Amino acid sequence: MSHADLLSPRFVPNVTAAFLTSLQWEHLLGQSRRALLTARLAHSFSDSGQFAGEVPAGPRRHLEASRITAELWAQIAKAEVLRIERALRSAGMTCVLLKGAAYLCAGLPPSRGRVFSDVDILVPQVELSKAESALLAGGWIPDHLDSEYDQRYYREWMHELPPLSHVQRDSTIDVHYTITPPTSAFNVDGALLLVKARPIEGHPGLWTLQPTDMVLHSAVHLFAEGEFHHGLRDLLDMDDLLKHFAVHEPDFWPELIARANELGLKVPLHHALFHVERLFGTRPPAELAAEVRALRPPWLLRVLMARLLTIALRPMHPSCHVPGEGLARWLLYVRSHWLRMPLHLLVPHLVRKAWMAQFPKKKPAAAAAAQV
Amino acid sequence: MRIADLPAPALAQRLRGPGLLIGAGPFVYRLRSPHALVAEGLALLYADMPLVADDGFADFCVDIAPGQGLRRWFRRQSHFRYDGLSVFEPLPEAHAYALLEWAMNWCISSQPHDYLVIHSAVVARGDRAVILPAPPGSGKSTLCAALIHSGWRLLSDELALVSLADGQLWPLCRPVGLKNASIRIIQDFAPAAVINRVTHDTNKGDVSHMKVPAEHLAQMLVPARPKWLIFPRWQRDAATNFSARSRASALVDLARHSFNFGTLGEAGFDALCDVVTACECMDFSYSRLDEAMAAFDRLDAAA
Repeated sequence: MSHADLLSPRFVPNVTAAFLTSLQWEHLLGQSRRALLTARLAHSFSDSGQFAGEVPAGPRRHLEASRITAELWAQIAKAEVLRIERALRSAGMTCVLLKGAAYLCAGLPPSRGRVFSDVDILVPQVELSKAESALLAGGWIPDHLDSEYDQRYYREWMHELPPLSHVQRDSTIDVHYTITPPTSAFNVDGALLLVKARPIEGHPGLWTLQPTDMVLHSAVHLFAEGEFHHGLRDLLDMDDLLKHFAVHEPDFWPELIARANELGLKVPLHHALFHVERLFGTRPPAELAAEVRALRPPWLLRVLMARLLTIALRPMHPSCHVPGEGLARWLLYVRSHWLRMPLHLLVPHLVRKAWMAQFPKKKPAAAAAAQV
Repeated sequence: MRIADLPAPALAQRLRGPGLLIGAGPFVYRLRSPHALVAEGLALLYADMPLVADDGFADFCVDIAPGQGLRRWFRRQSHFRYDGLSVFEPLPEAHAYALLEWAMNWCISSQPHDYLVIHSAVVARGDRAVILPAPPGSGKSTLCAALIHSGWRLLSDELALVSLADGQLWPLCRPVGLKNASIRIIQDFAPAAVINRVTHDTNKGDVSHMKVPAEHLAQMLVPARPKWLIFPRWQRDAATNFSARSRASALVDLARHSFNFGTLGEAGFDALCDVVTACECMDFSYSRLDEAMAAFDRLDAAA
């Protein structure tokens, strides 16, 4: 068995799909489950008119079911966003949505078949505690009440509040005041993003970032993060956004590059464009070649990161595990913390995390979870 | 080909290597495990189950893996892995077979597919099925095990599968789980029953599994239609008694016993309503298995 990434080639437009054996279908579905892309995969099969012909009955049943589940999740998420908006409005605040919730409410292409459970919102830094109180009044309470360390970690060093979960519905909100940690190498002022936010047509009270900022947020989120469980999904989001905005927004590409320069996000955008092109073939317009080249970090860093990210963006499934994968993921994990915090904060934090990972909270017991 | 047609070394080799493909009703499992207890349990309890061709498609791939690090050798463990992720807390190696059965249930109750799944036993006569949903401890599995040795055909002891396509109940025909006192009760009730070695000290106490009779497996791909919805309750010294239950109350209770009614949305609700509408709904209390069997015979005769 070759250790092939069967998943990402499925999202290359107009590619003629290769015949898959039953075992390869199993692997493809398993890889898509780990990457949270099963419903998205189902959409891509039906878009290319391949569902009936090419997908055998066995896998088709699972693909169709995942699409139904994703639609239901989307309905639930939409209802939840409206409740969040109401809670914020009662405090005189606007609701600026990020990532999955933004794509969903704005009807953008990445929302199709996208499964997400957390709603991310952006508020002005000075209104952070006002937002927290308004959401608390609406029934969302801090998650890790048991861990004072987590609370302190978020409040002192992160660009967001500790996740808030609803007492009855289990929905989670991440309240951000900017898109990168304040201690990080990519330090973006949230006010610059908020001032350019746009209202979502047909949904009074709901806002998104402007198109260029949506792409840059996704890029910095992916490439400054240390874990790549959703890496391929996030990269596909960016691919969808790039293609969509290139058609619907005048001067999108030049503005994207100008904005990356302005916000100091050249490196994340470089990584995003490199891997979007490598995996899905989407390219910036040829006349911007010089500007795109100017995004690149120094040679050694660029080559090393390209290698590591190429490995990390593979689905995390045993069927496509490659030698060196563990090391690559570990290096990226360490790098993400290096970017996020200065060393005197980082070392104690990682020691603490290692301790917590060694003695984790319990998973459900088999017998209880199976309800037998 | 059946599992029994595979010599023991070939069975173990498949379990250690590419996986053993087993058909259970509408689903195919790929099972992998190096644990000797898993091979032993499968050879005994799944002997008459159909072996799926090597190039078949498996809906669920279940790995019952060894422990990690020192636990590979010292106080050895068994781990359920799905897509490379550990799903439950690891268990002692001696619980490997019970873990396999729980893992196989988890696949059906948690992964998306095209059946409404209800935590319930299902047995049938002809094409008329009895759905027996009940919380743990209400004697559902014991009643189910006794019924399948009293002229009823097993569809499932744990998971009712309602097809979203046609509303029929599909068999799963996996071994029947028994625990604690009910192991002995069923051995006495049906001395011919094949029961595997008892796993002691699990979260549920002592557990064991009973083999499904071959003639039931022969009908593994024959669905039945919902006819009775019966909520069983074993109570010490209780009289054997059916009492009518309103459809509305039955629907609410059935929804509570369903795993994926929420994630199926409207289709799940419709399927649930169709089941309740098609059924005579009753509560059933009992304490004596022989009286219970006679009561179920009368139910069938009166229909």
